[in-house]
Amino acid sequence: MMVKIIVDNQEIEAEEGTTVLKACLDNGIYVPNLCFLESMTNPPASCRMCLVEIEGEKGPIPSCTIEVREGMVIRTETAPVRRLQRSALRLLLSVHEVDCAACPANKKCELQRLSKFLKVGLKPKGFELLLKEAKRDDEHPFLDYHPNRCIVCGKCVHVCQTTHGRPFLTFAKRGFNTTISTFGEKDATKIPCPTCMACVEICPVAALTVKTDPQ
Amino acid sequence: MNPTDKDKIDLAYQRLREKAQKHAESAQRPDIAKIYIGMATCGLASGALETRHAFEETLAERNIEAVIRPVGCIGHCYAEPLVIIDRPEFPPILYHQVTPGKARMLVKSFLENGDPLFEHVLGAMEENDLIPWVMDFPRFNQEKKIVTALCGKIDPEEIYDYINENGYSALAASLYMDPNELITIIETSGLRGRGGAGFLTGKKWGLARSVEGSEKFVICNADEGDPGAYMDRTILESNPHQLLEGMAICSYAVGANKGIIYVRAEYPLAVKTVKRAIEQATDLGLLGKSILGSSYDLEISIFEGSGAFVCGEETALIQSIEGKRGMPQNRPPYPVQKGLLGRPTVINNVKTLSAVPSILEHGPEWYKEIGTVKSPGTAIFSVVGDVIHAGLVEIPMGVSLRTLIFDICGGIPNKKQFKAVQIGGPSGGCLPSDFLDTPIDFDSLTEAGAMMGSGGMVVMDEDTCMVDVARYFLDFTQKESCGKCTFCRIGTRHLLNILERMTKGEGNPEDLDVLEELSQDVKMGSLCGLGKTAPNPILTSLRYFRDEYEAHVKEKRCPACVCRKLTAYYIDLDKCARGCDACVGSCPVEAIFTTKDRKKGIDQSLCVKCGECMAACPPEYAAVRKVSPPEKAPIIERPEKSENDGQDHSG
Repeated sequence: MMVKIIVDNQEIEAEEGTTVLKACLDNGIYVPNLCFLESMTNPPASCRMCLVEIEGEKGPIPSCTIEVREGMVIRTETAPVRRLQRSALRLLLSVHEVDCAACPANKKCELQRLSKFLKVGLKPKGFELLLKEAKRDDEHPFLDYHPNRCIVCGKCVHVCQTTHGRPFLTFAKRGFNTTISTFGEKDATKIPCPTCMACVEICPVAALTVKTDPQ
Repeated sequence: MNPTDKDKIDLAYQRLREKAQKHAESAQRPDIAKIYIGMATCGLASGALETRHAFEETLAERNIEAVIRPVGCIGHCYAEPLVIIDRPEFPPILYHQVTPGKARMLVKSFLENGDPLFEHVLGAMEENDLIPWVMDFPRFNQEKKIVTALCGKIDPEEIYDYINENGYSALAASLYMDPNELITIIETSGLRGRGGAGFLTGKKWGLARSVEGSEKFVICNADEGDPGAYMDRTILESNPHQLLEGMAICSYAVGANKGIIYVRAEYPLAVKTVKRAIEQATDLGLLGKSILGSSYDLEISIFEGSGAFVCGEETALIQSIEGKRGMPQNRPPYPVQKGLLGRPTVINNVKTLSAVPSILEHGPEWYKEIGTVKSPGTAIFSVVGDVIHAGLVEIPMGVSLRTLIFDICGGIPNKKQFKAVQIGGPSGGCLPSDFLDTPIDFDSLTEAGAMMGSGGMVVMDEDTCMVDVARYFLDFTQKESCGKCTFCRIGTRHLLNILERMTKGEGNPEDLDVLEELSQDVKMGSLCGLGKTAPNPILTSLRYFRDEYEAHVKEKRCPACVCRKLTAYYIDLDKCARGCDACVGSCPVEAIFTTKDRKKGIDQSLCVKCGECMAACPPEYAAVRKVSPPEKAPIIERPEKSENDGQDHSG
């Protein structure tokens, strides 16, 4: 069944059960997002980008966690929404090594897109730059991981899990030091990566790249 | 329920009471003394085990018969190890700080010769003509013990002790009640969750009951992790059966057949005590299949958490039990709808569930009479920090902070001034003295910018630097962030870094704005309660102690002289005693020298600002001073050859 919702004064229709975020994106209304994938039954809501304000609800809420309801009135561009989105982006950029020219994601990078959309410079002032010491983790036989590019969105973990039924990637460490880990697997025969590379394709910031000279 | 069930349950419970009675009679010997030693973690840490050995040895040596019974904690941490001696012809007497030496003395003087050693008495546990009754002291008579009423009075490892105090009678009575009726009673009582948020317990149970599905869970959240908070631990270690009874009642009410106690592995004694309690209750048919002969089954197990603070957040707790990474999930769905393994799950705090048996025993109206209209019942705090009578306190809701800190807990030691109180753990706020008359209840504390939290309360005196306090709490929350969402993962790290810069004198005035704005964003934008509340210590201290922040960034001065980089120690030559060397030996870096007139000076280039000299300087001189900024310290020239160096000449 279709329900009608109003987004930024514009009436749109969406299938019952879809999230507000998907409804907006499907109707050409861009809401910034980094960790959402349509195939997720339970979106992590971890990037805190897809915030919107919904009439009758308190404060900005992530639109990936809310299902559309008939007559819902949604605003995607309010000042509180933009303030939090900009703040989140500035935080992500404060741990991101901005070296676009040398980055394979250049021109298709989600951070670049958001930076343009939210009008936040790629090297914003205010927060000091906090980069991790190791620029690259090359333990894996087929992949390189670049912690200073990673935005910990978890898309790679999700696609790996859904493609193979079990993840060959996982979150590791905690808090500020959270990274993506390959379980320390070095035995190339135990990994389906060469024929897959779904994680590399899905990564919005080229934090996972194909090893140029696989061992 | 049909009446035969009621009769069956009543009969089964009656039998237990008789057994318990017999057990007590066989253990009781009115002719000999009974020694109760507080042996919860707090007592053990203060040496209760050594005290117990001393009692045992001395009793054996002197050939005196007495019963030694380990009990839990009565909450008077400042006076541990605590011992109650119940000797024939005397009222039971409470002794404080019973060291092994004191234990030996008590056996000889009191048990052998009938001299109760008045100088070591804290009070008598009953009214009498000889010794002041403890209830004459504010620390005792202003408390209202409901949940902790039996803590420290019964042996936590002995189920019959609990049954003899009417224990498990509420469960027996519940089992032939309609579950909906039970939920209504809890709802009417107005009981609110003691885990922090204060959600109506009856409502939560009702929601879980109304969700379709045969399999449901009840989880007791005992993942207490706030620095300085130990309410749940004390209850688990002192009266585990009360919790099990509350859990059983809750499980029956919502229709769950499986209960899990999520307790931190860092609480080994609590884990052991609760495990034993579950075994005992199962053996007596109070848990397991057909409880008390009814048709209701309930299995309760323990899940040991591995110490992640964030796992106290209910959705992360569920993930942790499921064997996943302890990361909070977005709510809704709430655990009462979709919790453990996707099943409806009630998660209640230890204190909430422990309050349930007494509500059923005395009725919801009785409970509503205690506390305030919107926050009925009692609040349990572990009051720590700069306060004379630190410990666990249970008070009716609505008592003011002033009464709690100054009357019940004896106020600030060493004649210092009160500065702030931090309520609600790392997620709470710091309130200044203007708020001392705030009543302690869920809504008033939230309004003031703090929160009830789970019951941690840190009292701070004038020697506390609020910037440093905020830094301390942020250091904690930042380390405990799970790393899932952007604001908490990166935002708390920036907040901490800014605070660290300020305490080192490297902050600048713009930092204040960044700090405030980012705090608000982290509060608004974070996914779970940890991130949403982590900035509270900053926001409240900025609101109430902004001048201190300004002093740090504008004048590079720490008004409380706490931040080391912004502080210097010096010796007041007018006060320093000629020839006194007390400070010299205390200095770990040999920064103290002797001046020409045989007084002392501190070489600022060597000083590491540990404060040892200040502690070592005899109080009658009190010549060591602190000053901030460090440039204010008067310069005392080190003589080219000091007295110390030249000792061989003078000798």
